[in-house]
Amino acid sequence: MAAAAATAASKGNGGGGGRAGAGEASSSRKKKGPGPLATAYLVIYNVVMTAGWLVIAVGLVRAYLAKGSYHSLYYSIEKPLKFFQTGALLEILHCAIGIVPSSVVLTSFQVMSRVFLIWAVTHSVKESGHISLKKEKVKNRLQTPLKTWKLERQTTVCQMAELKVQSEDSVLLFVIAWTITEIIRYSFYTFSLLNHLPYLIKWARYTLFIVLYPMGVSGELLTIYAALPFVRQAGLYSISLPNKYNFSFDYYAFLILIMISYIPIFPQLYFHMIHQRRKILSHTEEHKKFE
Amino acid sequence: AVLSFSVGLSAKSQRSQNPLSNIVRKNHSWKQVEILDAKTREKLCFLDKVEPQATIAEIKNLFTKTHPQWYPARQSLRLDPKGKSLKDEDVLQKLPVGTTATLYFRDLGAQISWVTVFLTEYAGPLFIYLLFYFRVPFIYGHKYDFTSSRHTVVHLACICHSFHYIKRLLETLFVHRFSHGTMPLRNIFKNCTYYWGFAAWMAYYINHPLYTPPTYGAQQVKLALAIFVICQLGNFSIHMALRDLRPAGSKTRKIPYPTKNPFTWLFLLVSCPNYTYEVGSWIGFAIMTQCLPVALFSLVGFTQMTIWAKGKHRSYLKEFRDYPPLRMPIIPFLL
Repeated sequence: MAAAAATAASKGNGGGGGRAGAGEASSSRKKKGPGPLATAYLVIYNVVMTAGWLVIAVGLVRAYLAKGSYHSLYYSIEKPLKFFQTGALLEILHCAIGIVPSSVVLTSFQVMSRVFLIWAVTHSVKESGHISLKKEKVKNRLQTPLKTWKLERQTTVCQMAELKVQSEDSVLLFVIAWTITEIIRYSFYTFSLLNHLPYLIKWARYTLFIVLYPMGVSGELLTIYAALPFVRQAGLYSISLPNKYNFSFDYYAFLILIMISYIPIFPQLYFHMIHQRRKILSHTEEHKKFE
Repeated sequence: AVLSFSVGLSAKSQRSQNPLSNIVRKNHSWKQVEILDAKTREKLCFLDKVEPQATIAEIKNLFTKTHPQWYPARQSLRLDPKGKSLKDEDVLQKLPVGTTATLYFRDLGAQISWVTVFLTEYAGPLFIYLLFYFRVPFIYGHKYDFTSSRHTVVHLACICHSFHYIKRLLETLFVHRFSHGTMPLRNIFKNCTYYWGFAAWMAYYINHPLYTPPTYGAQQVKLALAIFVICQLGNFSIHMALRDLRPAGSKTRKIPYPTKNPFTWLFLLVSCPNYTYEVGSWIGFAIMTQCLPVALFSLVGFTQMTIWAKGKHRSYLKEFRDYPPLRMPIIPFLL
């Protein structure tokens, strides 16, 4: 959902943090763009963000080459990921002060869901040295001269488990999806603001989501699911009765609700983007015919 | 004003009863009305020989005859496809149209009356809160079924909450005068979810077996109760004052002013004191119960009412040149 929302197409050339909004003008630009100072700022913002996500992409590749495996690559890009994804909160401000023609509500929703996943799930769910006891059935075969015996015994296995999601492969799934999406998106905005948008970038933005969106959503859902046992066991971010303010909150139930909310929201955003793709890419084709 | 079709006879007319002479008369300035769909510009209806004194309400009634699924309440007629809706009282003659008036139609969707919506959205919390108060089974553990709280404040809270919604129901039935008859149908689902949802959420905690009474005990409860009662009386006084501004059946709009009732003196400082008192009531209730969900409900309600108050304040300023400048929308001097 966070992945999808951020890849959601904006109609025509939105500025800095523009995202698909119900109230946006059509490609034929009815609204005038931001002033020269705001445009300069937005160009710098988008260039910095493009660079930031490129750093993350390069970091992932280098870590993969160094380690030789794709497991636990999260740790190598943890800091820039947190920094640049959290920095996207500025985009809400851009909409609020009007230098970007997108809906504040929609942008807030999109950015907050990303920030939630980074901080409230991936960052927060960590605890090592947890000991779990498991009963295991062990089967053996005993061969004696006249008979083969089937033996079964039950043992208790003591495991040092690390309940955290950061080493989960699902984290890599959404990080890759987000990284590719954001590099394309921020360069799209940069070029749009400079009125020099290469068709390739436009095509990439409105096409790659077809794969990246489901990929990101899968990564997100699997990560939240992996976090559940820890949240339940540690009572993370939860408060129970009785207390002075007569309030309770169960973070475990909350996370399950979040996962369920993907079911109505994901298809809507996905098909909206497919619709946008048809509109914008066919519109460009028509323009090309007249050139 | 009376409408007549091309073959009808005008009841107001003092012409002779001979139909031929009606058609022969040239002086009478009939108007024609064509109604087009605002989105597709498709011609939906053509009304011939419409009285110039006809109102939009009457035109809507005629339109319903040809398209029965669009009853008048769901019709929006306008002079410009993207313009504002014409009012029911607007007279055809006074509109900037020629002999043939072109009106654009927009379907407002299924409508439901304000009274119905209000009654439903207020009856819910009244009933739902009581379910929690009496600890009906399957809410709390089975050993608590139909038990009663040992805290006085819990009983008091039930009385206050129930009083508040009974007052609202009675006001809907006997006090309020609505300018619009209907609102879109989807609003009832949205509004009921909000009211019923929050009522259940706060009732759950206040009536919970593990409820913790207020930190400062009886003092806190007494103060909170005083705030609550004063604001309830205030809110009611404002509703009565607003009702008296407008005679039954009319849609006149006047500036509200303070009356002899001291509670209405808040009109000196605020455009919508009914909202001010409403927020006050809920703050009182939150202090009384010391329950965070109540505080959150108050906050959300305050946000919504501030938006409404600002809108109302703006339209007062637009409509009345002599609107008192000291007044703020909802909070004296501040907001």
